[in-house]
Amino acid sequence: MANTFILIASSTVGAGGAASIDFTSIPSTYTDLVILYSGRSTSNAGQTWAPIRATFNGSSSTWSNRAIYGDGSSASSGNSSSLSEFGQASSSLSTSSTFSNGSIYIPNYAGSTNKSSSTDAVSENNGTSALASLTADLWSTTSAITSISLQIPSAYGLFAQYSTAYLYGVKNA
Amino acid sequence: MPNPTRIEINCETGIETVIELTDAEVAELAYQAELAAEKKAEEDAAAAALEEKKLAVLEKLGLTSDEVAALLS
Repeated sequence: MANTFILIASSTVGAGGAASIDFTSIPSTYTDLVILYSGRSTSNAGQTWAPIRATFNGSSSTWSNRAIYGDGSSASSGNSSSLSEFGQASSSLSTSSTFSNGSIYIPNYAGSTNKSSSTDAVSENNGTSALASLTADLWSTTSAITSISLQIPSAYGLFAQYSTAYLYGVKNA
Repeated sequence: MPNPTRIEINCETGIETVIELTDAEVAELAYQAELAAEKKAEEDAAAAALEEKKLAVLEKLGLTSDEVAALLS
């Protein structure tokens, strides 16, 4: 890991869960941002993983994404012209106490161009159904990113206790 | 019943706060869930359509899926 990879903030979800993990007042002094997360949802929508959405600066508009998936039985791809997608958490249908892990890379977050990002994530489950995904997101807004919210859609409950998120700044990447 | 909470971490101060969601934020999460459900339905429909296409090709060839699997094994 480069010596310019600096932990800005982190959080661990407490008892009772959390609908989102929000990093605010992100300093503009880095080149790129990286978020590493470990996630589990308290509920499910009939599948062993739960999508993780994000908003930048509180915005859930001007998002689009492209993704490829492997779910234990087939490979597929998908896209959206309206949603963000930042990997997935293991859902409550996954083996108890299992968590997904994901890595989000956001280059040039403080610049004045549209904001792209990539996410590499995999859910964990002691079974045949789990999801690995690679996602490219685009937030078609030129504002510098000053806050990031990671969210579990309500159909999947909340981030379960012990889910974690770490925000790093990368200088001179 | 109280609304769910969110965790806010101020990166300047390092202070972490647990905040109850407003009704508007709860509504936004519900909307996001609807969009996610729609997307999943679209993906499921696309997968089903692909499976139908495969079956149609097999039918044209006069083969069952088991026979194709045997050929490819």
